[in-house]
Amino acid sequence: MSRLTIAGLVTSALLAGVAFAAEEPNADAYREMTYGDRDANPALLVIDRGEELFKEKRGPKNVSLEQCDFGLGAGVLKGAYAQLPRYFKDTDRVQDAESRLLTCMTELQGFTVEELTKQTFANDKRNEDNTDLEALTVYIAAQSDGMKINAPAEHPKEQEAIKVGEGIFWRRQGPLDFACATCHADDKKRIRLQNLGNFSKAGVDVQKTMSAWPTYRVSHAAVRTMQHRMWDCMWQMRLPDAQYGSPMTVALIAYLNAQGKDGTYALPGMSR
Amino acid sequence: MPSIKLRAKALEGGLIEVKALMTHPMETGLRKDSAGELVPAHFISEVIVTANDKEVMKANWGGSISKNPYMAFTYKGAVGDKLKLTWKDTKGGTDSGELVVA
Amino acid sequence: MKIKLITVALLTALGTTVTVAADNDIAALVEQYIASGFKQGEKQHTERIVQDETQKQCTTYRNKIPSEMQKAFMERERATIKYPESGKLSGNWEQGQKTFTDGFAWRVGTIMPDKPDAVRGGNCYACHAADPKEVAAGNIGSTLTGYGKLRGNTPETIKYTYEKIYNSNTYMPCSSMPRLGHNGVLTPEQIADIVAFLVDPESPVNK
Repeated sequence: MSRLTIAGLVTSALLAGVAFAAEEPNADAYREMTYGDRDANPALLVIDRGEELFKEKRGPKNVSLEQCDFGLGAGVLKGAYAQLPRYFKDTDRVQDAESRLLTCMTELQGFTVEELTKQTFANDKRNEDNTDLEALTVYIAAQSDGMKINAPAEHPKEQEAIKVGEGIFWRRQGPLDFACATCHADDKKRIRLQNLGNFSKAGVDVQKTMSAWPTYRVSHAAVRTMQHRMWDCMWQMRLPDAQYGSPMTVALIAYLNAQGKDGTYALPGMSR
Repeated sequence: MPSIKLRAKALEGGLIEVKALMTHPMETGLRKDSAGELVPAHFISEVIVTANDKEVMKANWGGSISKNPYMAFTYKGAVGDKLKLTWKDTKGGTDSGELVVA
Repeated sequence: MKIKLITVALLTALGTTVTVAADNDIAALVEQYIASGFKQGEKQHTERIVQDETQKQCTTYRNKIPSEMQKAFMERERATIKYPESGKLSGNWEQGQKTFTDGFAWRVGTIMPDKPDAVRGGNCYACHAADPKEVAAGNIGSTLTGYGKLRGNTPETIKYTYEKIYNSNTYMPCSSMPRLGHNGVLTPEQIADIVAFLVDPESPVNK
């Protein structure tokens, strides 16, 4: 076996040389051409719908969401998304924008969590339009465009969420033995031509990703939110459907936003 | 809810840049539903933009244009022009949006 | 690993005293969050979130197994390897090319599950280059272009390659590569076909 291992090392060294000499596949120019014009983002249409949904009197209690507190006080949306997830005293837990939205839609408007989460994401295979939750979320998030990622890490529960999120990031499971870290803990890695980003260290990679969501995913013809991204990664790892707004997904987002602190939001994003 | 998002701005040389986003499913006619049946085509087939009631752009579209399409073009015009964009689709649907170039 | 519980007193904005958990408590909380983090129901296959010993160790040590544990680790993985009934560890390279290229399938849940009977592939191009004509190859794994040309088509190479694909952890504890045979993603016969795709002189990998 040791002989084989040495042969393996020599081979990888040779091949590494080959890979180094060849030009790295790079789709950045294509991306800039396709997504560079911010006015071209169909998410802008979804944001308009989200604004209407936000201001409309809805639900059994027939009230709007204008008194919803996203952390900066009732009704304050400007900059609120940039400071999420955070600890909320009334629910005694750390919440991201989407789990907080569920709180307001149940508490203020009288919807039930069951009906709200029956279908959280538009089904792109059926060419569906974005769900109300997605439209509301991108509207709320867009009010932090140009601001810096600045989720608080003062309350012990906020610190706990970040630590637990990091633990979840490294946890390996499922039929592919994957953790989030399998794809997102090294520099300059790709799945096929898709850049992955190293999120295990603070800095540009994670800032770029966290500041660009919610994003209009052209391949889905729909806006996708961070909760969808969390579900999608778990689904790709061949795991069960992640629970929308669960402490697990919120903790992961808290960890990622802590890693991506000070990145500047460019919302809505637009991507493959 | 306005289904069209229309923007315009004056560029140098007397050109006006018009940008438009349109809410539309743009069904190609080639997609199958979960039962395996083809979903009938339903897409915007014609877009006309007028400035002060004079046609400045006309486009004939097919099923290869994406959902919620985006379009941008320039024409020779001036601040104060009254723009109107109208689309028609393959099911006889139509919608329009208006804007004064500022 | 720190066993002792560290209690840190912190003053919050409200002036109350609270505690921050230590590493072991965080690990326990991770399990709690995971347990409540997924939907329930038979279509969800929640057994997939339960870790085996290998996954647990790789999680605890963040994929860096201490050197004194590595021998036992790799021996445990080697013991899981099953070989094709035919005894042939290198099969049909053309079939192997297809299996190498096909996606894993096997996604579950109620939102967008794969058909349970969908043919499972290795989805190898997600991470590895192989046939130089396939430009959209990932780079998480090493490039396999010219694999057979460089390593030869010997019984040793074939055995190593088969075992590496069946259970990657046999040769590298906590490899990023899924244990494709051990976890049941691919059958022994499918793995033998992939081996042929990698080592056969006629395969485009070695042209």
